[in-house]
Amino acid sequence: MNRIARSVSAEARKVLATKLWWLLAVVLAGYSAMMAALFAFMFGAMSGSLGEEFGDAMGAPPAAVPAQAAADMVYASVTTFGYVIPLLFGALMATGELRHRTLGLAFTIEPRRGIVLLGKAIVLLGFGLLIGLAGLVGAVGAGAPTLLALEGGPMLDTPETWLLFVRVVIAMSVWALIGFGVGVLVRNQAFTIVLALVFTQFIEPVLRAGAQFWEWSAQLAKFLPGAATDAFVGASVMNSMSSLDASFPAGAEPLTVWGGLGVLLAFAVVAVLAGWATRWRGDIV
Amino acid sequence: MGGEAGTVEVTGLSKRFGTVRAVDALSFTAQPGRITGFLGPNGSGKTTTLAMVLGLVRPDSGSATIGGLPYAALERPALTVGASLAANFHPAHTGRAHLDIVRRGIGLPKAVIAEKLDLVGLTAAADRKTGGYSLGMRQRLALAAAMLGDPEVIILDEPINGLDPEGIRWIRQFLRRLADDGKTVLLSSHLLSEVQQTVDDVVVIREGSLAYAGTLTELQRGSGERAVLVSAGGDQGRLAEALQAAGGHVQGVRGDAMRVTELDPERIGRIALEERIALTHLSVEASHLEQSFLQLIAGEDS
Repeated sequence: MNRIARSVSAEARKVLATKLWWLLAVVLAGYSAMMAALFAFMFGAMSGSLGEEFGDAMGAPPAAVPAQAAADMVYASVTTFGYVIPLLFGALMATGELRHRTLGLAFTIEPRRGIVLLGKAIVLLGFGLLIGLAGLVGAVGAGAPTLLALEGGPMLDTPETWLLFVRVVIAMSVWALIGFGVGVLVRNQAFTIVLALVFTQFIEPVLRAGAQFWEWSAQLAKFLPGAATDAFVGASVMNSMSSLDASFPAGAEPLTVWGGLGVLLAFAVVAVLAGWATRWRGDIV
Repeated sequence: MGGEAGTVEVTGLSKRFGTVRAVDALSFTAQPGRITGFLGPNGSGKTTTLAMVLGLVRPDSGSATIGGLPYAALERPALTVGASLAANFHPAHTGRAHLDIVRRGIGLPKAVIAEKLDLVGLTAAADRKTGGYSLGMRQRLALAAAMLGDPEVIILDEPINGLDPEGIRWIRQFLRRLADDGKTVLLSSHLLSEVQQTVDDVVVIREGSLAYAGTLTELQRGSGERAVLVSAGGDQGRLAEALQAAGGHVQGVRGDAMRVTELDPERIGRIALEERIALTHLSVEASHLEQSFLQLIAGEDS
């Protein structure tokens, strides 16, 4: 137990020794604020006069989004759009060790490498939570006033909203761990950054959208990590957009909350175990 | 098994990387109270061997123990062994942050950081990022990290590489003090001349296998023809005659120092004493020791 505590202490100090974690937290807060404000305005507008015009133009009755659902989607923009941030954080913490060859020192101090891995995982989960919190501060800070101003409520007094906050930070925390596994596997820092950005910002959204054309692909796509995150958090602009179209196959129902968490955790476990198998337990010179 | 608490014992250690035999049936010991120089050219397997001693590389066969136990089996290894395999740091960490990370990993009070920074003379640069450190500063920081837990065994990979003359003198005295306190010091180098004035024992490896293990003195004695440099001021000519009469081969009588072969330094001193000639200089030709080292690592039998 003491060995784990020492390892956690050292790994936490390692994170605090550079600016990376709070720079990413600030970026996420800003990004979440922007996206939350944008969607709060959109939902507000849809349920207001703009929505009627919009609905008329589409030849359908205005689809007023219920206040709780609107608030959930606004606050969930932290995960829907921001999961790349803890992913990058975890990945950079891994590639930093490999690039600067500091893993040997960690393994000299604590020769039981499983303990070092555990310490690292605990610290990444912890800082993932913090980064998620920063995102929520941004999303609530910009989203709630916007929702308030546009006659929907900010819904900050409902347990549903607060449970969503909890799921958001847990999801962000797990993404930090996935990032760590990816970083250990890919090793090259620049390539890891490019991969994380391209996958989360381009490949996955395109796959998720494109997969909706066939039922089998839609069934597969819900197991993509971003889709699982949205399922776990339980609200996402991306999921809701597609569910507005009734022509989608019924099989494309997203995973349940617990199913989403399970898939997300499975990604984390596989990524970390793959890192363990390929590099962590091998020879370090 | 394994003798004294601080003894580093390497027994039949072998390691292959693919088709390259990095270390081959290597055995040697490093004793407490002595500085052991682990010598060999670059790529001869020194770092791999030290990495196996520290449990970073798994040997194919053989064992490495510290006080009879493998490194990984030590209860709190960093309190027993202080090691620096490479002066690698995260460039964005300050020296102080680096030591704080190590300190927390070992589980030591915060006060050790300032103490060890002071010990290696790095206090002034402690709050600068290691990315801007000179090689000499990196060596000092690595040494401070190795010394944090006041270990009984100190294992350093190329600790003198990159130090300026003042730094070399400093680390010599530092390591000597540690050995005098009864600690085991094992340091590697690719240059004998670099550690010649520092080490008591020498382990030389060539392509991963042992070429020589013994004291530095034995290495000097066993090196066949050995030259002694001697000067005696105005009495140089008389001394030369006496040395020649004793069977010595003397060159450069008119120069500052004569080069004498076939006689050892002790004999030359005695002859000078008998002839009542005051010596102004007496030394073993350094390059000669280096030459016997070079022969060792080139695989020539002397």
